[in-house]
Amino acid sequence: MSVDILTPDVANSVLARANPVAKLAAALCITLTLLFSVDWVSASVALACELCLVPLLGVRPASLAKRTWPLVVAAAIAAYSTALLGVKAGPVWFQLGPAVFTEHSVLTGVAIGLRGLAIALPGVFLLLSTDPTDLADGLAQKLHLPSRFVLGALAGMRLVGLLVDEWRTLGLARRARGVGTGHSPVARFRAFLGQAFALLVLAIRRATRLAVAMEARGFGGVVDGRPAPRTWARESSFSRLDAWVVAAGVGIAALAVGAAVVLGAWNVVWG
Amino acid sequence: MSPAMPWAASGGAPAGVRARGWGWRHAGRKAFAVSGLDLDIAPGERVLLLGASGAGKSTLLHALAGVLGAAEEGEEQGELTVDGVPAPRARGRAGLVLQDPESQIAMARVGDEVAFGCENLAVPREQIWPRVHRALADVGLDLPLDRPTAALSGGQKQRLALAGILAMEPGLVLLDEPTANLDPEGVQEVREAVRRSLDRTGATLVVVEHRVSVWSELVDRVVVLGAGGGLLADGPPERVLADAGVRRRLAAAGVWIPGWHPLTGDEVGNDAGRVLRPEAPDSQGELLAVPLLLADGLAVGRSSKAPPVVDGIDLTLREGHAASVTGPNGAGKSTLALTLAGLLPAVGGRLDALPPLARGAATSPHRWRSSELVSRIGTVFQEPEHQFLTPRVLDELEFGPRRVAKLSEKEVRRVVDGLLDRLRLDRLAGANPFTLSGGEKRRLSVATMLATSPRILVLDEPTFGQDALTWAELVRLLAELLGQGTSLLAVTHDEDFTAALSDTVYRIDGGRAARLEAAL
Repeated sequence: MSVDILTPDVANSVLARANPVAKLAAALCITLTLLFSVDWVSASVALACELCLVPLLGVRPASLAKRTWPLVVAAAIAAYSTALLGVKAGPVWFQLGPAVFTEHSVLTGVAIGLRGLAIALPGVFLLLSTDPTDLADGLAQKLHLPSRFVLGALAGMRLVGLLVDEWRTLGLARRARGVGTGHSPVARFRAFLGQAFALLVLAIRRATRLAVAMEARGFGGVVDGRPAPRTWARESSFSRLDAWVVAAGVGIAALAVGAAVVLGAWNVVWG
Repeated sequence: MSPAMPWAASGGAPAGVRARGWGWRHAGRKAFAVSGLDLDIAPGERVLLLGASGAGKSTLLHALAGVLGAAEEGEEQGELTVDGVPAPRARGRAGLVLQDPESQIAMARVGDEVAFGCENLAVPREQIWPRVHRALADVGLDLPLDRPTAALSGGQKQRLALAGILAMEPGLVLLDEPTANLDPEGVQEVREAVRRSLDRTGATLVVVEHRVSVWSELVDRVVVLGAGGGLLADGPPERVLADAGVRRRLAAAGVWIPGWHPLTGDEVGNDAGRVLRPEAPDSQGELLAVPLLLADGLAVGRSSKAPPVVDGIDLTLREGHAASVTGPNGAGKSTLALTLAGLLPAVGGRLDALPPLARGAATSPHRWRSSELVSRIGTVFQEPEHQFLTPRVLDELEFGPRRVAKLSEKEVRRVVDGLLDRLRLDRLAGANPFTLSGGEKRRLSVATMLATSPRILVLDEPTFGQDALTWAELVRLLAELLGQGTSLLAVTHDEDFTAALSDTVYRIDGGRAARLEAAL
């Protein structure tokens, strides 16, 4: 009954077959590049390219929309507030009482909204097309991050799934004790805090036991003062597909910057 | 032997254990958990390790597995070796399976989980997968390697944990109450998996378990640790378990001994129920007892959107009567109990609190306010820690009467003092509930419910993992409550418990509930 966040249903798509490290590199490339500038050209070019890649994700557009709508809402809110509160320059486009929207503020708002989406989508693609175990394998074997850290985090994620279940049980168990009698927001908040603290205590105890069980299986061993050597049952390897993935990441970033510079919209955030 | 991997060299050959004057004191404790232990276990021996709780059985097992920790985590005396190597340096020679299935699985998929230990021991990749397949076959887990570990049952998880250590080809298999949290099918699955794998590998076995009958046929030696250090008894099971003096001492330590019943002693306990409740109602008396809660075509489930887990339930809970709910894991027993207890809404049919129970409150228990609920239906969860709210035993007992039922200070004192005395918690009044022993936690969790005098008490696996002393104590207490007119509903796999207490047994299987013949 526990929520299984470690073995998501990853569709057998082109992106799912790529090495997670390559996907991570491509996503970072796009995201970091877009962070440099607030302009509607680079943001919309990147976003358009990203949307073209949706078929490679193996997720139906409707299902993607269902999972990403909070991002769209957040981007819309960011765009609206920027248009409302941003620097009032250029001609006034329309005015509603004290709310003034000028050309500059509206364009900046649109840029902020599109940029937010363009920055978030690569991360969403990575999550939707990647099994966490494969990511851990890639990080440890290809990027040589310490296995103790990577596998510890992976085991910890499994516990997060259990905690969702534990939270429900705790809520019922505490209601049986009579907790949550009050209807005032303060009483509810106190009950919530108490339950959260109880969950924390249980989580720490469970994590401690898990750590012992992992240690008993030779995890985190030390030989002559250095981490014990370790092998990997699953090999994380790169293929030609991964070169394409990285190339796509670099290409999208370059296209976005190039278009913005050519059209004179490139607008570095600082400096 | 490669100096880089002192453990990997000796392969799967059975390991021998030797302790000389060995002892361990956990940092921050005054007394030694184990002291003055002299013990030799020959390679290939199968040992059942018994002793009172607190005699240091788990400590010894953890020490043999090399996970007791470094010098700052405790103080060691004497020597403890596995194949002549100090236990912490022999890591990988011993494999340890613990009690809680959820706390020992590290990976997301079955195959990766079994491979995990091999990877840590730097076994070459081409050798890992054959080992994984053999280990899964040994424990009888016929599952695809990519099956999510979260989808397994408790018994399957424990067998997976066993496969995970077998793949490391340990010379010494250590089991710390591996079946305490399992239903009878799960217990049998795990025991047969251990038997099969030991028969093939010949590895040495040390198992800690207070239900002796689970392992007595499989082991060739029983070792009893004394609470004060050293050994109380040591020998073949038929000799050790037949010795009247040893049996008495084991019984006093709460060990479940075959042929000995915690209520009736050496006479086998068919009549435990009669011993406990000489005036228990017969089947006609049942119909005369006052009905409190009535389920009519009730359907239960965790969410009103999903289809019900169990449907068409007809049952009545009556004053002074006990009902048991049995059935395989995952059949929906707990969901039924939580619904009857007013904690989950019914997803179909009727669940009515009759006037003697409702006393003016709504008909549906789920609609009661907390203060109405605690004085009508109490629920004891499987895991006592889920219900602890305060850092002190005394506060824990006072919470319900004072904060929820809002009794007068005088009443609170009377109720709480009575419970402290009756459940032998007075000595522990100032202790933190989380630091109590398993039996004490169970007593406290029942006491917190009794503090608001509910008419119905719902218990979810109240005897899981309890030793024989706590078991007998709990059963006596519940019998007393029945005598006072409380109605009990217990979800349980424990046949002894059902035989001792229950007037009616319901079996849940395949989404249906059926009433079995009366147990008494």
